[in-house]
Amino acid sequence: MYRIVDKKVLNPTVIQLWIEAHLVANKAKPGQFIILRVDEEGERIPLTVAGVNKEIGAVKIIFQVVGGTTKKLSYLEAGEYIQDFVGPLGVATHLDGLKKVCIVGGGVGCAIAMPIAEALHAMGAEVTSVIGFRNKDLVILEDEFRACSDVLHLMTDDGSYGEAGNVTAPLKQMLEAGEQFDMIITIGPLIMMKFVVATAKPFGTPVTVSMNPIMIDGTGMCGGCRLSLNVDGKRVTKFACVDGPDFNGYEVDFDEAMSRGRMYADFERHAYEKSCNLFKKEVN
Amino acid sequence: MAKANMNPKRNEMPTQDALVRAHNFDEVALGYTEEQAIDEAMRCLNCKNMPCVDGCPVKIHIPEFISKIKEGDFEGAYQVITKSSSLPAVCGRVCPQETQCESKCVRGIKGESVGIGRLERFVADWHNTFCTEEPTKPVGNGHRVAVVGSGPSGLTCAGDLAKRGYEVTVFEALHTAGGVLVYGIPEFRLPKKIVAKEVDTLKKLGVKIETNVVIGKTLTVDELFKMGFEAVFIGSGAGLPNFMGIPGESLKGVYSANEFLTRSNLMKSYLASPETPIMKGGRVAVVGGGNVAMDAARTALRLGAEKVYIVYRRSMDELPARREEVEHAEEEGIEFRLLCNPTEILGYNNPDDPRDPRNGFVTGMTCVKMELGEPDERGRRRPVVIPGSEFTVEVDTVIMSIGTSPNPLIKSTTEGLEVNRWGGIVVNEDGLTSRDAVYAGGDAVTGAATVISAMGAGKVAAKAIDEALGN
Repeated sequence: MYRIVDKKVLNPTVIQLWIEAHLVANKAKPGQFIILRVDEEGERIPLTVAGVNKEIGAVKIIFQVVGGTTKKLSYLEAGEYIQDFVGPLGVATHLDGLKKVCIVGGGVGCAIAMPIAEALHAMGAEVTSVIGFRNKDLVILEDEFRACSDVLHLMTDDGSYGEAGNVTAPLKQMLEAGEQFDMIITIGPLIMMKFVVATAKPFGTPVTVSMNPIMIDGTGMCGGCRLSLNVDGKRVTKFACVDGPDFNGYEVDFDEAMSRGRMYADFERHAYEKSCNLFKKEVN
Repeated sequence: MAKANMNPKRNEMPTQDALVRAHNFDEVALGYTEEQAIDEAMRCLNCKNMPCVDGCPVKIHIPEFISKIKEGDFEGAYQVITKSSSLPAVCGRVCPQETQCESKCVRGIKGESVGIGRLERFVADWHNTFCTEEPTKPVGNGHRVAVVGSGPSGLTCAGDLAKRGYEVTVFEALHTAGGVLVYGIPEFRLPKKIVAKEVDTLKKLGVKIETNVVIGKTLTVDELFKMGFEAVFIGSGAGLPNFMGIPGESLKGVYSANEFLTRSNLMKSYLASPETPIMKGGRVAVVGGGNVAMDAARTALRLGAEKVYIVYRRSMDELPARREEVEHAEEEGIEFRLLCNPTEILGYNNPDDPRDPRNGFVTGMTCVKMELGEPDERGRRRPVVIPGSEFTVEVDTVIMSIGTSPNPLIKSTTEGLEVNRWGGIVVNEDGLTSRDAVYAGGDAVTGAATVISAMGAGKVAAKAIDEALGN
């Protein structure tokens, strides 16, 4: 069992937990993920590591309440326990040698982008961050990004806070103005990452994307997290859990990944509703 | 002693009716009664040269345990088996006895061999039901050994070492111990409570099991030595599933057998109200002919499929699955499409509506018919495509069961660990790898094989570790 050390509600649907897991905290690097199960009958879900505190041996996770499992997780409070917590899994984001980087985060993906931005900043790299949210109420981690970014563009789709528009607008402006980034690292909804890649393409700037497909074991056994890459005109199958989660954005087949991500959409909707109903019963 | 039972036929083991069991996850085979077990034991001639023992990868003293059954001393029989095997209730169920011990049985020359596997199962189940005596923890010898993976090779290695007084810790990546015995082999063939019981027995012998630790990620092999372990056994099992490389394998509804079975077995998607989803019902094609393919097909059937096909490119004679599993599958109504090979998986695509929720789901599979040509280097006749034989089967789910390649996590984080060109860890006859005090066995070495061969490897390594650490 793994203890929840601290809980913070970042916005109405995004929650931050610190979980005590010494071995994971010792090892985890930006870009890696963990897999957790809330309880004995729970499903295994992957979540990217959002930070570590080696002194107290805790790992930070930030998640959006989207399905039954995240709903159940959101009900737990500091001092309570979750059943399983394993990691760090996947390959850490390659940051060596990067001097000038643009981080593009969307929604809860910003939570994953955050430790990467921090690590780059600590390395002395110049960090430009573009973070996007649907509206003002959903903005998370603004102060944290400000602290580690040389330039910050905070975007909201409806213009209720920061600049109006989506994340590709300032990215395009900067690239057109001749900004030379060693790398664009983007984390967020698949559709956003697809458009970040399309925006960067005319300029030839390398793009790293962080994929978060459906997974079970996370250790290279089940193959559920497979995705297709186009590598020099050849179609190659890769596994996000052991080969990723980071991939060269120009190679990823986003349309296929989006389709596969919806495999259990119906099931997830029902599970979410069931979790909500369970909660209603508990409070009554 | 009563005279040997010279019936050329062995005692049938009672099973659940095929039409009933096709709709539940309860165990198919029900096991011998005491009377059946004694009657079957009487068929053993107690040969002096014991050919059956030669056929057993863990060298169980077979005639000796069968003699105990003849006397009605079932616990005594268990004690004989447990000297050689740490998992008797498991082996009695999933070993391919017909190609091992039973294939060497003298009674098999003029009739059916003694049902050694069925007797082993009977003895283990009898012990688990009636024996309340707890195994005692041996006196410690002060040496510490780490075992990576709690599948058949790891559990065997851990059990053998624990019995010799070693302090053993098993590191398991998943949340439950048992490896392929829990994520791979379905409930109806190997009930999970039997695996849990065997694991429990090891714990009582003093074996520690640490779940949620991925060696190669959470801890490395080198760190295990720094933590004070004097030897490490790697039994991390098979790895990434293979796919055919045909169009459509990324469509929704295409699974690897590993994923499909893991969802159903480990994550319990077969229960009425699971938290982990799985596609249930419809028409299912399983591609491949091994035991894993049979498990996947029969699981799909029990999950409510209206039709399940096994699609295999060679003929029944070459089909690698155990005969008993094939027979059970056929009885349950699984249709074998032999000499048949998929060339493409077809998916739904509504050209007028890219948001149609049915888009991207499997609708069918195109196959070609095959014939057997010249034998290949291993003597198996090579399947050759019959030109113009293309046809399509309508299916909603496709399960690829065409093998795995070893897991990359440990080799990529263990310097100096030699692997072969397929990624399998290279070991000598003692299970020793290219690294000092690091041993390996099971699928991590051989690629996909059987539970018992993995157990054999665990046993060999345990012996070698014991010799190396000087006891």
